[in-house]
Amino acid sequence: MSAMSQTQTEAGPRTEVLLDVRAVRKVYEGRGRSVEAVRDLTFAVARGDLVCVVGPSGAGKTTLLKCIAGLLAPTSGEVVLEGESVDGPPPGMAVVFQEYGRSLFPWMTVRKNVELPLKQKKLPKARRAELVGQALDAVGLGDVHGAYPWQLSGGMQQRVAIARAIAYEPHILLMDEPFAAVDAQTRADLEDLVRSLWQRLGVTTLFVTHDIDEAVYLGQRVLVLSSSPTVVLDDVAVDLPAQRDQLTTRSSARFTELRGHVFAQIQRAKKHSGASVVE
Amino acid sequence: MTSAPTRAAPVRSSRAGGAGRLTGANALLGVLGFAAFLASLEAVPRLGLVSPDYLPPASRIGAALVELVGEAGFWTALGDTVRGWSTGLLIAVVLGIAVGFVVGTVPVLREVTASTIEFLRPIPSVALIPLAVLVFGTDLRSVLLLVVYASFWQVLVQVLYGVQDVDPVAAETARTFGLGRWARIRHVTWPTALPYLLTGVRLAAAVALILAITAELVIGAPGLGNEIGVAQSGGAVARMYALVVVTGLLGVAVNVLARRLEKWLLSWHPSLRREVAA
Repeated sequence: MSAMSQTQTEAGPRTEVLLDVRAVRKVYEGRGRSVEAVRDLTFAVARGDLVCVVGPSGAGKTTLLKCIAGLLAPTSGEVVLEGESVDGPPPGMAVVFQEYGRSLFPWMTVRKNVELPLKQKKLPKARRAELVGQALDAVGLGDVHGAYPWQLSGGMQQRVAIARAIAYEPHILLMDEPFAAVDAQTRADLEDLVRSLWQRLGVTTLFVTHDIDEAVYLGQRVLVLSSSPTVVLDDVAVDLPAQRDQLTTRSSARFTELRGHVFAQIQRAKKHSGASVVE
Repeated sequence: MTSAPTRAAPVRSSRAGGAGRLTGANALLGVLGFAAFLASLEAVPRLGLVSPDYLPPASRIGAALVELVGEAGFWTALGDTVRGWSTGLLIAVVLGIAVGFVVGTVPVLREVTASTIEFLRPIPSVALIPLAVLVFGTDLRSVLLLVVYASFWQVLVQVLYGVQDVDPVAAETARTFGLGRWARIRHVTWPTALPYLLTGVRLAAAVALILAITAELVIGAPGLGNEIGVAQSGGAVARMYALVVVTGLLGVAVNVLARRLEKWLLSWHPSLRREVAA
């Protein structure tokens, strides 16, 4: 890995590692041919961190996320969450998918959608109502409990999906390009929402995106992935102030510098895959 | 009695908004059309185009119908038909759901049973009439055998399609939130399959009625079909037509009922949603 691996010094003494991705490799076995989507991914996420994973399209970002979420078994290597090896969806994890329209259940109202995972956790009714109310308030949707998801705009639907995730009180929140399908204005609002929820709740967040600006604006750390077969190209510490806003942060010199750095890495990534970078 | 496998959109697509004015005009046209139909039915035998012995004028059929409604025997026959139809349909739906969910959610079973289902499904239920008579004679069980056989496949095929239509993103969402196998079937697979199931029930209800009447007519099991046969052999032509009209009305009622059920259970479904995202 390159010169920018300054995360360790930047963050000071490293706190507890929550998520440990160890030499994960994923090969899809097709009919007569196999495709190596992910070659060798190794990184750790500390408790309370907000890490963005950015890479060119087709970089195996979704494969990586599914391996971490326990939806896909890696061909080799292992994912360790809170000291336990992941071999199925772990209980302390919530995922926000890009396709909010398909991830929310159209046959349930907003309230029921948010409540369903809590029922599976066997929480008492009063506690469920409290968590649902708090979560919907937190995403600014305190007034649509009885609506169906399809009655809401795209941005509002993704807010519901986020509310469902935080009501679940996960130890780690995975977000798979959650804002790729909403318009630019909504996207900016939702980015600020994620930032403020992270600051308020302190939930460890792994945010996958293909958008460099978004990664730098949101993250405390940005992991740059190569093209498929994927390796980690760079691990950039984002030393922007904790309080960020769309206007001043995005126009600051440091933001431009970090953005430029990540951009250069991605350009490199497009030309090289794990095959040519690592050796 | 085998209707082609209908893998149509689960429920009828209703055009949202703007259709209000048209509906009124359509209803008027419908009434006018039906009045014209009745008028020609009255005129054709009276003008001697068809002998009134074979086709009595509409007014005489109407009179026979009124007479029928006054008879206790008619209501017993109607009750018998409705009982055979509804019992058979219920058995078929329960069986169809059970078999459909088990086979549909276990890929191996699906592969193993596919060819057998494709072989058994097209067998016309009426071909089983001799078997039914042989085993059960002329009582209700004969009717049930035919009704269940015909409508079971309608339900099964729809449930099989429905169970396989689960959105992978919805399924993954459910898994990541810790929903186990049963919870996923209850909260994801069942609602996904429901529109298909109701389509299957609607088709099965129509087929079941056809088979119930056929069984009564051919086997002689008690019911409207049997009454039609008796009226025909007794030369009571107007009465026979009146009974045919009753079976038609029954068919319409069955369809309306099935539509109501769909509307009530599927208000969230894209084809029945009233509100559109702002």
